[in-house]
Formats: sequence, structure tokens, C-alpha cells
Amino acid sequence: MVNTSEPAAEHLAATFICKEGIKAGWPICLGYFPIGLAFGVLAQKAGLNLVEIGLMSLLVFAGSSQFVAVSMLSAGASVLSIVLTTFVINLRHLLMSSSLGVYLRSMNKSWIALFAYGVTDESFAVNLTRFRDSNWDWRQALVVNQTANVAWIASTIVGAYSGQFIPAGAFGIDYALIAMFLCLLVFQLRGRLYAVTAIVAGVLAVFLALLIPGNSYIVLASVLAAFIGVVCRRKDILND
Amino acid sequence: MIRSEYLLLVLGMGLVTYIPRWVPIFFLSRRQLPRWFAEWLDFIPVAILSALVFPELVTGGSPRYLDLMRPQFIVALPTFIFALKTRSLGGTVVAGMLLFWLAGKLI
Repeated sequence: MVNTSEPAAEHLAATFICKEGIKAGWPICLGYFPIGLAFGVLAQKAGLNLVEIGLMSLLVFAGSSQFVAVSMLSAGASVLSIVLTTFVINLRHLLMSSSLGVYLRSMNKSWIALFAYGVTDESFAVNLTRFRDSNWDWRQALVVNQTANVAWIASTIVGAYSGQFIPAGAFGIDYALIAMFLCLLVFQLRGRLYAVTAIVAGVLAVFLALLIPGNSYIVLASVLAAFIGVVCRRKDILND
Repeated sequence: MIRSEYLLLVLGMGLVTYIPRWVPIFFLSRRQLPRWFAEWLDFIPVAILSALVFPELVTGGSPRYLDLMRPQFIVALPTFIFALKTRSLGGTVVAGMLLFWLAGKLI
């Protein structure tokens, strides 16, 4: 009796998990769509084809670094410098994965391998909030990650395809990246110390960008500004 | 047809993106990061986003020069306020694009 009822119960649970995950993940998809479209269009304008764009979205799955990679590509940057910049831009996931890891102790190695692939700023924010506030399960969190992933890949490919029909600079598409960064920056301003760090990083980046050619100003300015943020926190300057 | 250099690029980007996502969950789910490192990493997102966006707003040309009258910079303020008020990623992207498009028509 127990044996016959188990698969049905499992099936029900799987459906429930998927529903809950998609319910939590749909705002991410909505947010990804215009950005994915914009990325597809820009990447297509930079000379990448559909397969190349889809492959980058599938293998990297990290919005800001993909935008930066495309702009560096069109500026003629080397593979090594793009990979290094990608590493530094995406190093922030280290902290996100560290915070999520606490809630994922019951997960086995292969599921961890799949879950890690889907850790983004957005899925991290959604999942961590759910883990903290509700009875959130790693399976639901995994559905959130993968739903967002599908939306990202699909929207970049649609953008890549429709990009052929959109003239350069149309509909302010060139501003999509800046607007996204501005909004993600707003999300990160969680107190006075973060605002100070942002201003220090911004001013330093502008100075370094004017002094040094290339893109190294991003890495230098953010590493230094984060260090200044830590010193301010340690010395109890400007505490919130 | 994919160029082998491009394949190398996306594989490299994928690997360096994947490792920081995977390492902490795999190795550190039972241990804590050193405190100074965790604190430093905590400031990294805000610092990187700011370092990415500021030069885009106020510098232009090659070699770069300072230009505080760029439409990118002028549009950034209402876009920033829109993001603060709505906290909507998709909405801010659309609003920013619209404002930039309008600025291009007016300036």
C-alpha cells in the first residue's frame, strides 16, 4: 500500500515545488527579458551570431559581465583581459554562494554543481529572502535559478534575432546597460557605508579611467573602494 | 561556424564565473569565510557597479576625457530616482531607455 501511494505523493510534491519556484522566479524573468533582448541586440551589432550569443548566455549566465565582454570585444580587447575582467566582475558571487551555502547543507554534490551555475545577483536576492523568511527548500531554489536561466538564454537569442531589424541606437537601447547598472546599484545601497563606498568607487573609477587606457580601472577602483569600506567599518567611521 | 578564439573566450568566461559560484557552496557550507574577507566581499557589488557606471556617465572619447554634459549623465539622475522609487529592474531599464531616447530627440 505504501509503495503504491509513494510515487503519486512524490509527483504531487514535484509539481508543487515547480509551481512555488516559478512563482518566486517570474519577476526575475520579467526583469531579464528587456536586458536579455538588449544584450542580444548589442551582441549582434558587435558582430556575434545567434549561436555565439546563445553559447555565451548558456556558458556564462551573468548579465553585466556579458555586456562588458561584448563591449571589450568590439574594442578589440584580448581574450585574457576579457576573461580576467569577467572573473573580477563575477567574483561577488563568492559572497552570495557563501551566504546561500548555509541553507544548502542537505544538497548532494551533483545538485550543488547544478545549483551553483544558477547563482546570480537576482536569484540570490530572491532565494536568500525566501530562505530567511519561509520554509524554502533547495529544490524550490533550484527551480528559481533554472527558470531565470531559461528566460535569460531565450531573451538574448530573441534579441540577437530581432537585432538584425533594429537600427543602431533605436529606442534608447544603448542606455539599457547603464540603466540596469544604476538600478542594481540602488539595490546595493543598504546603508551609509555602502553609499560612501559607491561614491569612492565611482570617483576613483573616473580618475583612473582618465589616467589609464583600457578597462583595468574597474578592477582597481572596486578593489580599493571595498577596502576603504572595510576600513571605515572597522574604525567605526560612519557606522549606520 | 564558431571561431575557436571565441570558443576559448566563452569557455574561459564560463569557468571563471562558475568557480566563485561553486567553491563556497561546495567547500564552505560548513565553514565560515575569514571575517575581513567576508566584509571586503560585502562591499564588492556596490563598488563594482559604481566603478562600472560612473566612467560611462561622465567620460567619453578615446583617449577618454571628462564631460559632465553628456546626455548619459543628464539622464542618469531621473533614471536613478526612478530606480530608488520603484525598485524595479525591468521598469528602470525601460524608463532609462525612454529618457535617453527622448534626450536624443531634444538635445
